Amino acid sequence: MNIPIEYYLILSGFMFLVGVAGVLTRRNAIIVFMSIELMLNSANLSLVTFSSYMGNSTGQLFVFFVMTVAAAEAAVGLAIILAMFRNKLTLNIDDINILKW
Amino acid sequence: MINNYLITFLLAVPLVGALLLLLIKKDKENLVRYFGLFVSTLAFIISIIIYAGYDSSKGGFQLVEKQMWISNLHISYNVGVDGISLLLVLLTTFLTPLTLLSSWKSINKKVKEFTFFMLLLELGMLGVFVSLDLFLFYIFWEAMLIPMYFIIGIWGGPRRIYASIKFFLFTMFGSLLMLVAIVWLAVYASGTLGHFTTNLVELYSIAPTIPYGIQLWMFLAFALSFAIKVPIFPLHTWLPDAHVEAPTAGSVILAGVLLKMGTYGLLRFCLPLFPQAAIHFAPYISTLAIIGIIYGALVAMVQKDMKKLVAYSSVAHLGFVVLGIFAMTQESVQGAVIQMVNHGLSTGALFLLVGVIYDRMHTRLISDYGGIAKIVPVFATFFMVASLSSIGLPGLNGFVGEFLILLGTFKSPVLDSWWFAGFATSGVIFAAVYLLWLYQRVFFGEVKNPKVNELKDMNKREIFILSAIFVFIIWIGIYPSTFLKISETSTKKVIEQVFSPVNTGSK
Amino acid sequence: MVQLIYLTTLLPLLGFLFNGLFGSKIKNEKIIGIIGSSTIGISFLIVVGAFFQTLSMPVDQRQTIVNLFTWIKVGNLDVNVSYQVDQLSLLMGLIVTGVGFIIHVYSIGYMHGDKGFGRFFAYLNLFIFAMMNLVLGSNFLLLFLGWEGVGLCSYLLIGFWYDRKFEKSTTSDAAKKAFIVNRIGDFGFLLGIFLIYLTFGSLNFNDVFARAASLNIPQYVFNFIALFLFIGAMGKSAQIPLYIWLPDAMAGPTPVSALIHAATMVTAGVYMVARCSIIYASAPAIMEFVAIIGALTAIFAASIALVQNDIKKVLAYSTVSQLGYMFLALGVGAFSAALFHVMTHAFFKALLFLGAGSVIHGMHDEQNIQNYGGLKKYMPKTYVTFLIASLAIAGIPPLSGFFSKDEILWSSYADGNIIYWLIGVVTALLTAFYMFRLVSLTFDGKERFGHDKHPHESPAVMTIPLIILAVLAAVGGFIGIPEIFSGEHGNQFDNWLEPIFQPAQAKIAMFGVHSSLEEIVLMVVTLVGVIGSIYAARYIYIKNIKPAEKLSKRFNGVYNLLLNKYYVDEIYDASVVTPIVKGSEIVLWKFADIKIIDGLINGVANLIEKISGSIRKIQTGVAQFYALIMMLGIVAALFWIILSL
Repeated sequence: MNIPIEYYLILSGFMFLVGVAGVLTRRNAIIVFMSIELMLNSANLSLVTFSSYMGNSTGQLFVFFVMTVAAAEAAVGLAIILAMFRNKLTLNIDDINILKW
Repeated sequence: MINNYLITFLLAVPLVGALLLLLIKKDKENLVRYFGLFVSTLAFIISIIIYAGYDSSKGGFQLVEKQMWISNLHISYNVGVDGISLLLVLLTTFLTPLTLLSSWKSINKKVKEFTFFMLLLELGMLGVFVSLDLFLFYIFWEAMLIPMYFIIGIWGGPRRIYASIKFFLFTMFGSLLMLVAIVWLAVYASGTLGHFTTNLVELYSIAPTIPYGIQLWMFLAFALSFAIKVPIFPLHTWLPDAHVEAPTAGSVILAGVLLKMGTYGLLRFCLPLFPQAAIHFAPYISTLAIIGIIYGALVAMVQKDMKKLVAYSSVAHLGFVVLGIFAMTQESVQGAVIQMVNHGLSTGALFLLVGVIYDRMHTRLISDYGGIAKIVPVFATFFMVASLSSIGLPGLNGFVGEFLILLGTFKSPVLDSWWFAGFATSGVIFAAVYLLWLYQRVFFGEVKNPKVNELKDMNKREIFILSAIFVFIIWIGIYPSTFLKISETSTKKVIEQVFSPVNTGSK
Repeated sequence: MVQLIYLTTLLPLLGFLFNGLFGSKIKNEKIIGIIGSSTIGISFLIVVGAFFQTLSMPVDQRQTIVNLFTWIKVGNLDVNVSYQVDQLSLLMGLIVTGVGFIIHVYSIGYMHGDKGFGRFFAYLNLFIFAMMNLVLGSNFLLLFLGWEGVGLCSYLLIGFWYDRKFEKSTTSDAAKKAFIVNRIGDFGFLLGIFLIYLTFGSLNFNDVFARAASLNIPQYVFNFIALFLFIGAMGKSAQIPLYIWLPDAMAGPTPVSALIHAATMVTAGVYMVARCSIIYASAPAIMEFVAIIGALTAIFAASIALVQNDIKKVLAYSTVSQLGYMFLALGVGAFSAALFHVMTHAFFKALLFLGAGSVIHGMHDEQNIQNYGGLKKYMPKTYVTFLIASLAIAGIPPLSGFFSKDEILWSSYADGNIIYWLIGVVTALLTAFYMFRLVSLTFDGKERFGHDKHPHESPAVMTIPLIILAVLAAVGGFIGIPEIFSGEHGNQFDNWLEPIFQPAQAKIAMFGVHSSLEEIVLMVVTLVGVIGSIYAARYIYIKNIKPAEKLSKRFNGVYNLLLNKYYVDEIYDASVVTPIVKGSEIVLWKFADIKIIDGLINGVANLIEKISGSIRKIQTGVAQFYALIMMLGIVAALFWIILSL
């Protein structure tokens, strides 16, 4: 059976929107972080989709890059969140506003 | 040929020295001091060798070394000296060890960092004077700001942050326009020479072909940067603040060498690269210089802080130098070059002396002193000689420079009015007024402040530092030929470049 | 000997270095004094040797240039340190080293016990060094070096007792005033030097004067050069309006007043104008100006001297007045007469000052003549020598002052302007009057000092110089006996200097023809007046003070005006000094520099800070808000791209 490409893309778009909404609205830093991962994965999904649709492996290659970056980012990001938590004893990002002037 | 690498060697000494310094442990403060002194003395010795290797009878740049750096753009590491820069190199390497020696006791926090920055500063200053490539020049020009910024900002007085930022922003602002002009010049060169270049000698050759209208703008862009550094009235207000807040060593280097970069730049770049524009603007800049001479002296007269007084006197003295450069006669330009050295020596000495007394009393207010001549006679004598040198008493160095500048101004072909020289000459009155008044208030009269009774006279280290300077103060005053000879052919060449026949033709 | 002339500057310089560096450590006054004096003594012998050697040469070869080394050489400018030994510089050299040596010796006694003994001799030696450069220099720049050098020494020596009070202010005020007023003159002098270089292309005397005589140069250039140089002379030689520093210069030790502020330095202006005689001769308008200034100064200062009560102040104003005489002589073209007066004045005025010093020394630093009286029995040597000097300055024949003053008066009459002559005669009468007022109040009459003072004669080291100078003041005039008395040999002094002034004299219109009878009549008229004046002074101040008191009450305003020196100092303070100082402080520094220039720059910085301050509010610190903005931006960008497809 042949699933049309639109399905994949719609799914990817939907996942991306969920990620965006999560980043913009959630207050817990971990969840914001997970939402970012979701956005990355939605991008991965469309990359794989196009790769298989076009019969070109470059897209899949890129996915590996993205995954590597995501892993590194997760490590760094979690470390920052951890450090933040130790300092402020909260993960609510509304309270973490030291970037403010 | 070892000669070809001498200047690179000169630049390498403070750089390598600074890096090696980092290896020394922080708490070995005396080792750091001795090492810094050793490195800067080594640089002085090398500059003496350079002087020995320089043939002053031939003009042009000598001991040139050229290595392609960014070959696509024809940017090269290109260094060399002519008579003008040689004098300033000597001045720089002469003053640096003395300033390090002068801060032997007065700098006692972060000694390592201080010495490190002083060596970097020396590198930057030397680089500015020996660069024969505009790109390289610009790098040194900017790089030198950083150590100075830290020296004022870390070891300065109470308002050091304000002063160091003001210093930085002022000088930075001017140099950005200069960068634009440098890029424009290089692009223009690619149209004439067929390749992009920032090589000064090549640019000299195409300078006369630059259209007059564009020369004016280029000149202004360069001149603004230099004018801030000099500083020419009314761009001078960073100077008193920086001087007052800087530690003694910083003030000495600032007055002794940094200010000379502005006048050096005017002489090295503005005049030969944009000759017609220079002639066009000469009366205006000279007018500003003369305002600076009189204004600086009058404002210096009413200062309450000794350092500020000396700082304003620099505005007046540098006014003479600028006037000499823009009078564009052999006499006046020679006078300006020797006056750059003179100002470095006599104002440097004055700052050192203020530092000596500040180390003891921790105040620079004139009103806190009075009648100290009999308490510290040696100090009083040194201060007197330094003041007289600054006043321009014949027989001491200041006179030679001022006299030549004023004489040249009188016969200047571009300033065809006696008013310029007439007003500038009145500066000799005011210089006497502010320095003698200062001297009187500090040294003469009755002791008013009981604290000064415990003042100790200068120690051997301080006497050595100032004696070293005074040797040259007297030498230049009595037998200036030694120094005038060095720059004679070079200044002649600058004037020829300004008035070369091509220029007058293409207007 | 002529070739050794450089030793006359080198030796004092060495003396200065020795005493300056080691004087404070040696503490032995004898060594310091002997070294300080002997350097000058040897210099004097060298000058004497050079003088006789030059005298033995033919008249047209009496100029020797001793070249030492190149000083400044840039472009066409080529200035050497080289000395010019000729009739004029030898004359000045003899005065400087001769009188200088006597005063050095005198100072050994006068400064005895002062803690700055070594410093004092160092400065004095430095002064002789500078002064010899001034008179020997063969170019304008070396002249200027000496010119400034003597100014410096004057500054250092006036303020020698820098912790003492002087009148209403301090000695250091007086020193500073001297230096700065001199600097104003130097400003003119420098301009003159520049113009000379511009016009003649050289600074060497020989070149400049040769070209001045031969080249065709516009009149106004000569006028400017002469005027500027004269401004320099006004400062150094204390002429109106720059004379104000000289009376204050009396704050220095008395030998300094004698050497610098009477005998040598203040006559540098006369020397300079005489040296440039050819330039002045080419600028008749300025010559006239010089004469007017000289005459005005002479009578103006003499009138102030009438009522002063400080012994040194009287002598100071007298010096200003006598300098005015010299400039009057220069102005009417009698260069040699001016120099003759320089010489005789050096003798008798140095003597007067040293005598005054001896009195002050004997009276324990009391300087007010109202507190003296009857001193002649306590200090007979001082009295006699002082009297000789007073008679000399008053112009009583055959003392030296008579000849020199008479020559000036005669020249100003012969020049055709009777006003100058009249002013000169009135000044002579005033001079005789104030001098004998001084002598009478000091040495004659009743003793007006308290019992705490024990006046005594000074030691031999001080009185012997007085006696030598007294002899010179008495007989010094004989070398310049006017032609009408000396017959065919003419005036020896004039003959000696004649080659120097010959080119200038050739340019000036010759004097009208006058008979020798006229000269003798004028001489007698003046003499009678002077003797009357002396008699009046003695009568009033010894026998009967009433007429003077009456007069001072009757013309109270005039008396106060004179006593307060015409309020010139106050006028200068109010019109020049205060406005400059206050203007610099309030207008230039606090307003222009801080408010406008710095204010503008700080204003720009503040403006940027304000703008950024309002913009930074956008930085809420909420990361999600940033993300939202980013998102909206991307969406907007996408829309834009899609719509534009």
